[in-house]
Formats: sequence, structure tokens, C-alpha cells
Amino acid sequence: MEGIADFFRWLNDARGINLSIFYDALDRSRFLEGLWTTVWLSLICTVLSLVIGIVGAWLQGARFGAVRGLVQGYIQFFRNTPPLVQLFFFYFAIGNQLPHVIDEHGMLVPPISNIGWAILSLSLFAGAFNIEIFRSGIEAVPRAMVEAAESLGYSRLGVFWHVLLPLAFRISLPALNNNLVNLVKTTTLAYAIAVPELLYAAAQIWSEVLNVREMMNVLLVTYVALIAVLVAGMSRWERALRIPGYNP
Amino acid sequence: MLGMVTRAALACLMLAGVLMAPARADDTLDKIKQRGSIVVGVKNDYKPWGFVDPSGKIVGMEIDLAQDIATKLGVKLELIPVTGANRMEFLTQGRIDLILATMGDTPERRKVVGMIEPNYYAGATNVLAPKSAGLKQWSDLKGRKVCAVQGAYYNRRVSQLYGPELVVFPAVPEAMSALQGGNCVGFLFDDTLIVSTLSAGDPKWADYEMPLASEDPQAWAMGVKLDDLNGPLGEFLKKLSVDWHKTGTLVELEKKWGIKSSPFLQEMHDKYKGS
Repeated sequence: MEGIADFFRWLNDARGINLSIFYDALDRSRFLEGLWTTVWLSLICTVLSLVIGIVGAWLQGARFGAVRGLVQGYIQFFRNTPPLVQLFFFYFAIGNQLPHVIDEHGMLVPPISNIGWAILSLSLFAGAFNIEIFRSGIEAVPRAMVEAAESLGYSRLGVFWHVLLPLAFRISLPALNNNLVNLVKTTTLAYAIAVPELLYAAAQIWSEVLNVREMMNVLLVTYVALIAVLVAGMSRWERALRIPGYNP
Repeated sequence: MLGMVTRAALACLMLAGVLMAPARADDTLDKIKQRGSIVVGVKNDYKPWGFVDPSGKIVGMEIDLAQDIATKLGVKLELIPVTGANRMEFLTQGRIDLILATMGDTPERRKVVGMIEPNYYAGATNVLAPKSAGLKQWSDLKGRKVCAVQGAYYNRRVSQLYGPELVVFPAVPEAMSALQGGNCVGFLFDDTLIVSTLSAGDPKWADYEMPLASEDPQAWAMGVKLDDLNGPLGEFLKKLSVDWHKTGTLVELEKKWGIKSSPFLQEMHDKYKGS
């Protein structure tokens, strides 16, 4: 470990390439915490947005017009506004208006922290897209399949869960991959409300150590690697789910 | 799977090629005179040093100083708003000729920009906090959420010494809004700015105070490209800065903008008055 630190210290002194995250303990821990925050923020938002997508796609087929209208309104709101504006809106406009609660120090604090708002806002944002992605998958499933299932006595939920969703999910996967990759990249916006994710950590480091160019490179490389892992996982999943011979 | 990794690795290699290409500066003073204007990077969220007045114009103590520089050079003044996180990059990239943006003069920064001496101001670090927080000493901040602004020199020192959980925003208005919303127990900032915020009489800040003893006095400096520090522009600014202290310009401006008079400026004024 010391050898690595010494090398990067030398790189800074001799070549002026200052990668402080490899030799400065504070910078390294900030960077790693940022990386970790980005990873779990992405994971939580991915899972939540998938749940929203599935439930929303199911509700889109609901018999009550009011429910369908509600889902449509939600999609329009979150799809037609920039995610950064949503974050600001939630954190500064709504967060400060909610009734405050008392924390362990006896101070009045907002009930939802900046991280809470980031999770909520990003999940809702990606969820709106996921609903539409699943809808496109559902609409691609031949009508005859649903009719066949209904004639076998499946309930509405049963048709959705056992017939429609498994097929629609497979059809939707490529579009879903796109959206999830986008979601991971969108987590960087949480930086604006001071969620200590990767971009935030990097910005902290470069504004103090003044190694902007180096940190920009580190950031890009890190995100390329992060997304490569996600895409590799998704492609594997896509292959595992493939039904041989089924070409919708 | 392997293809994915290879492609990612290739992308990384391409990036590595972009590392390090230092920009060279010719004589900036000549360029300023040719252009007929000097481009100064200033703050626009840092009342009363550089802020936006109700008509949308950037005004403040540092803008007055920038205007003085332009007048003395006989050129027009052009202002570019900068933040703590981008001002030095703007300068090295040549987007601005001069930083006049509440910049603390630190050894780390001296490696990147040329700091004009004598320094034109000095502030220290403190926090703005609601009275109900009951902060008594710096160590009370340990583990508490403290709002701050990105790129401020004291962030690192305070987080290493006292271990607060810093919640760092890109600019001052966001940080102050977060403080007012109760998102943090205090706002880490320059003491002079806290004093002027509190003394402005805004009812918004009536229940707030500056509870700690100011720490870590830090001189502010104008910044030029390293190549200009001992060139014509640097020499001109150094002389001008001495003048500002000598003639009491800075002390007057401080009064004009309602900043609590700082011992540093008085000291410098007395020192240069006799010379």
C-alpha cells in the first residue's frame, strides 16, 4: 500500500499529475465513500424504479378511468420536467415546508434528508420512464395470449403477473437497460443538493487540492467502469431470461 | 462480457491521452490594452463583496476595486461571475485576466495562481447558526451537519480538526436556504460576511448568531496567471494594492459597503501610511 502512495506522491512532485486520492488518506476516504454512495444510491433507485414501473404498468390497464388518469398525470409530470429541477423542487420547495421533526440534538429538522429526497426523486423520475417501457413491452404481447390466459380462468392480476409481465419484461429489457444506465448517470445530479456521491466527493477534492484535470479523468474512468459492470450484468440477465425459440 | 471490458479499457486509454496540457500565457497586460478591456472574475453571491443588486447589476466592494483597476489602466471593465470551484480554472484557461473573488491566499493555491501582495483583505472562519442550536465551541460541531460552500479554503481544515459532517453546496444562496430550512446546524463561512449578514437587520436572521470564536485568519489576494505574477500586470497590481492601503481606499470601501472594520486593513493602512 505504501509503495502505491509513494509512487503517486512522486508522480505529483516530478510530473505534476496530482492524484491525491491515492496518497492522501482524507481524499481517499472521501472518494471511496462517494463511490459507495453512488453505488447504493443507484441500486436503491434501480429497485424502486422497477417496482414503480411494474405497478404503474399494471395500473395503466386498470378498469377505473381515474386510476389510469392518475398514472398518466404522474408520468407526464416526471417525464416532462428536468430531473435537476425536480430535485431542487423537492428539496428546497417541498422539504422546507413539511412539518419539521425533532432530531437527537433537540433541533427541528426537515423530516426527509437530502439523501431521502434524492432517492425519492430519482426513483420517481426513472420509474415514470419504466412504466412507459413496460407498457411498450405489454402492448407487444399478442392479444391472443391474454385471451388464452383469460379463457383458462386467470384473474386480471394473474394474467398480468403470470403471462403478460414475464413476456413483456423480456421484450422491454433492451429499453430498460438504457433507462437504468441513464439512472446511474443521473445520480450525479444529487450533487446539487449536497448528497455526498461520487461527483460531490470529486468536486470537494478538486476544489481543495486544485487537481481539476486529474479528477475529471478519474471521474470519467470510474463512471465508464461502473456502467460497464451494470451493462455486463444486464446483458447476462438478458441472456439468462431468453426463451429459446420465442421471437415476439 | 470480455468485449465489454476491452471496450471500457480502450475508452480509458483514450482518456489518459487527454491528461496534462499546460496553457501558455503571453503578456496579459498587452492583450488587455489591445482588447481595450480587462476581464475580471468576481463573485456574484457574496454580499457585500460581489453580489447582484435589484437592477441585476453585479456590485460590491470587489467590483469597486476592479473598476479602479480598469480606470487606472484606461480600459473597460468586463465582469465574469465565478465560483470558488471554477475561478482558478477560468484563469489558467484564459477566460479571465484576473481573479478578484474573495480568494484566500494559501500555499496550495500559490502553486496554481500568482497571488498579488500585499493582500487586500483578511477574514477568518466562523459559523452562522440559529441561537437555538446552542453551539459554544468548535468541538460542538463534531458529527453534526454543517452547511458550507464548495471551494472554500476552510472546509478542509475544519473537517479535519472538528469532524463535522459537511453538507457542501455549489453556492451561497443554496447553503443559506438549507440552513434556514433546518438542514444543518450551522453555516461555515467567513466571519466578516456573517457579521454583515447579521447586522443587516433582515428579520430572517433575527434568531441567528455567530457563536464561536473566529479562527484561522486568512488573507485574501487578487490572482493572476503565474507567468504574469512578475510580469507587467503583476507589478502594476502590486503597486496599486500598496496604493489602496496607503491612501485608505480599502478602509473607505469597507465602510461604504457596511463591512465590520477589520483589524488587518487598519494595520496595513498604518504600516503603509508613513512610507
